[in-house]
Amino acid sequence: MCGLCGVFGTEAHWTDAARPDSGSGAPPGGWTRRRERLHRVGLANKVLKHYGLTLADWNGNCFVLRSRTGRSAIVQHLAALWPVAERMAGRRCDPLDPALIAAVERE
Amino acid sequence: MAAADLIPVNIVTGFLGSGKTTLLQRLLTFPELANTAVLVNELGEVGLDHLLLRHVDETTVVLPSGCVCCALRADLTAAIRDLYSKRERGTIPRFDRLIIETTGFADPAPIIFTLMAEPVLRHHFRVGHVVTTVDAVNGTRHLAQHPESVKQVAVADRVVLTKTDLAGRAQAEALRTACRRLNPAAPIFEPAVHPIEPDQLFTGDPADPSGTREEARRWLEAAAAATPPEMAAGHVGSHDRDVYAFSVTVDRALDWTAFGIWLTMLLGAHGEDVLRVKGLLEVVGVPTPVAIHGVQHLVHPPVHLDGWPTADRGTRLVFIVRKLPRQVIERSLAAFNRLAALGERVA
Repeated sequence: MCGLCGVFGTEAHWTDAARPDSGSGAPPGGWTRRRERLHRVGLANKVLKHYGLTLADWNGNCFVLRSRTGRSAIVQHLAALWPVAERMAGRRCDPLDPALIAAVERE
Repeated sequence: MAAADLIPVNIVTGFLGSGKTTLLQRLLTFPELANTAVLVNELGEVGLDHLLLRHVDETTVVLPSGCVCCALRADLTAAIRDLYSKRERGTIPRFDRLIIETTGFADPAPIIFTLMAEPVLRHHFRVGHVVTTVDAVNGTRHLAQHPESVKQVAVADRVVLTKTDLAGRAQAEALRTACRRLNPAAPIFEPAVHPIEPDQLFTGDPADPSGTREEARRWLEAAAAATPPEMAAGHVGSHDRDVYAFSVTVDRALDWTAFGIWLTMLLGAHGEDVLRVKGLLEVVGVPTPVAIHGVQHLVHPPVHLDGWPTADRGTRLVFIVRKLPRQVIERSLAAFNRLAALGERVA
């Protein structure tokens, strides 16, 4: 548990494994955990903007999801992100939605 | 603790009267399964005479998400914890494998979820192969009428066709075809024709280094043979026709992060209908393939293989779905992956 904020250590999620820097030795191309999280936030935001939401890293420990109306929520990993995003956006976050696919293809 | 050091748990499932207990009864005579503990959900007509046999009453705790596959089986948690505690205290033999025989109507997904998510169990046990028995005499009817039966075949790693000696040739062949269409990645065994040995059913699960590469080669063959959904989806009205398998390829190496965003989003929206996903991924920055393996909302920890099982590289995923369109899944994954390629790899 973090002594400062009282957040319990989180369980590893499958998306945290098999990163390019997993395994032993230095990561290829200097890939680091910090860099991976920035990459994750950047990519997720390209999808989330379709729903009027933004994601930010919070101390390398979890993520903060925010809506345009100022609502915010903490999520621990990607699987936990989507149910929260659906509640905030008030609609389904579906990667098979043709409108979302078209928006992602236009990026 | 490395995954290979955890105690493997195999689920033996199958519809009512499909021969689960008979199969177990035979398997447990092999010396390599002498140190196997068995949990049964129902005491059937065929008795199991085994030293480490326990009975559990089915109790399911549905978590607040309300998702059926992510339900914790409280009965199993208590029974497996108790077994493990006795094993560690030396009051029962030190078993090195656990087999759970489900009820005929059981959904294997909550059992898998329990093993992967329960805070104590997941540190001592790992999910091994799911073995599904299908009765050749009644199996076709069960698949058409009972969604439970379809799901049991769809999530199987191994299918055992029983009573093929009692079924007509055409009847057995129709069932083989139905099982291959529902789950092309699962090898089919017929004990009435060739006696089964435990290795054939239990070796090569995702955490078993001895057979992972061979298992991956099998998926790739299955991916090539998967029935195009356009053909299978044309028939409606029976449960087995709503479920079909197909493979998806990606035109360039996958960005792991983009794939994680895409798959978590897909399983969040359609996890109930993604009965199974298995794949071998070519990931940007990783020289060897990454194997991925999921059942509904549950994804096993990915495994890095030490090499490609065939000369043919590239990402291939096998999906077993209920009424989801292959083309849209493929287009969506490609779009998410290109998002990463275009984008913001922080320099």
